[in-house]
Amino acid sequence: MEKIMPAKDRLLKSGKNGLGNEMRGKVLVILCAVIMISVTISITIFLGTKGLQSFIKNGVSPIEFITSTKWNPTNKANPEYGAFPFIFGSFAVTFLSALVAAPLGIGAAIFMTEIAPSWGKKILQPVIELLVGIPSVVYGFIGLSVLVPFIRENIGGLGFSLLAGTIVLSIMILPTITSIATDAMSSLPKSLREGSYALGATRWQTIRKVLIPAGLPTLLTAVILGMARAFGEALAVQMVIGNVRDLPSSFLDASATLTTIITLNMGHTTYGSVENNTLWSMGLILLIMSFVFIILIRYFSSRRKMQ
Amino acid sequence: MTSKSADRIATGVFIVIAVIIVSILVGLFSYILVKGLTHISLDFLTSPSSNVRAGGGIRDQLFNSFYILVLTMIISVPLGLGGGIYMAEYAKPGKVTNTIRSCIEVLSSLPSIVIGMFGLLMFVNLTGWGYTILGGALALTVFNLPVLVRVSEDAIRSVPRELKEGSLALGITHWHTIKTILLPSAFPSILTGAILASGRVFGEAAALLFTAGLSTPRLNYLDWNPFSERSPLNIFRPAETLAVHIWSVNTQGLIPDIEEVSNGSAAVLVISVLLFNLLARWIGTRIHKRITATK
Repeated sequence: MEKIMPAKDRLLKSGKNGLGNEMRGKVLVILCAVIMISVTISITIFLGTKGLQSFIKNGVSPIEFITSTKWNPTNKANPEYGAFPFIFGSFAVTFLSALVAAPLGIGAAIFMTEIAPSWGKKILQPVIELLVGIPSVVYGFIGLSVLVPFIRENIGGLGFSLLAGTIVLSIMILPTITSIATDAMSSLPKSLREGSYALGATRWQTIRKVLIPAGLPTLLTAVILGMARAFGEALAVQMVIGNVRDLPSSFLDASATLTTIITLNMGHTTYGSVENNTLWSMGLILLIMSFVFIILIRYFSSRRKMQ
Repeated sequence: MTSKSADRIATGVFIVIAVIIVSILVGLFSYILVKGLTHISLDFLTSPSSNVRAGGGIRDQLFNSFYILVLTMIISVPLGLGGGIYMAEYAKPGKVTNTIRSCIEVLSSLPSIVIGMFGLLMFVNLTGWGYTILGGALALTVFNLPVLVRVSEDAIRSVPRELKEGSLALGITHWHTIKTILLPSAFPSILTGAILASGRVFGEAAALLFTAGLSTPRLNYLDWNPFSERSPLNIFRPAETLAVHIWSVNTQGLIPDIEEVSNGSAAVLVISVLLFNLLARWIGTRIHKRITATK
């Protein structure tokens, strides 16, 4: 163990409290802040210009890109660049997994704060933290080796399906939703609960009519953060969803999302080719969507402040 | 239905939800550990991987994972700490601070695949390096930076005001107060946060696919010259990490023992992340005890 020097000696001895040092320190930390801003700006600019190239340089029609369902970039005579199936797949898995994970996550939060505040939290809190810690490829791998065969044998289809992607993503975004929802519920003032109980309401009535409406903006923030994570998740989904270029017609059909197509094709398309550029356009959509999610979160937190 | 029985049903539903979540976790962990631990052996950890034959290990992947993690932390901890100090101590409320806050928010919500694409553009194509460890570490820095900034800002802000005021009242300059009073008191929380962030970096794969690549050259572990091509320390060589390895053997692998290799790798990955979490907790409580002198 190192010897502890009294602060007075340490400060007197160091002799480094001159004004030059003061400036140097300030410049140093400002530099760090500037680096952060410039990284964000350069990501936006670089991905923006690269993502627009397929429309500007290669003449792919943006409307066709967003609405057409025909994706056939390797056809030499008549290549088609319709990314709608992938955009649809991304939104479908995002909404479906939010639909599954939101009730579970908010329910778990209510369990921890209202039903069993003492021991419920002690059990569920570490569980949630451990779920966060599992890397996404491991989720994907377990989905691939357990969930996909299970669906194939018991429900039908190939196994690689929208359903498998939804289940994997629901488990992945569950901890995000639960931890924020728990913060939301536990930060509600105690007087709300006491007032409701004093009026003779049961616990469920209190939760449903008082606590959930009061915490709603933050609960929605939690769900949106979960959706943002689901929308951008790549490898876990890619391993279970099947990656086909057609629009899925049921839950059990294989599908693809923007992220899975990027992961699969970025490596083996020539940098600068039209197909490669359309992948960058999909990346731009991901970037724009993460801005949209941030704006939504801002909107809800401003509503929370107004209350 | 009376309100009493509705209350009972609702309570039951909440308990069922909690049970579902706990059993998901128990199921996941027991699957990973039961399937994986049987395959982990010294031989598995210390032999190189094979592209076509069965019986390959994960030696290089494991080394690459730790090497990229160390490089990432070397780059991102000073930057994150600086950013945190700026946000906690120097930033005045206003437009500039709001902009920086938005930037942190944007960075932290970017999908990791987008960060990987940015890395491909910046550190692979623009610099002309190709797939490199350094490129991977820089991409992971972008991924890790917002977390570290937030951790250090919170840690510095939670230092009691009196400590800082006392130091300033003694006539000590602001920067010196930061260095000698604020950072040492904030150190435990920053360390805990950094270790937790390491666990996240260790398991990340999507940002590395297009920056550090999917292959590792044949490494010679006796070659410690960082500029030689076969040296494991060379930062300008492609490197496949453990997380990327799990993905690549499952999606494009040709080896016959895909199941075993990925089971073993997944277990190693999860155990490492778990160790990071336990280490963070252990160090956190230990330092907390030492500082506050509680038992």
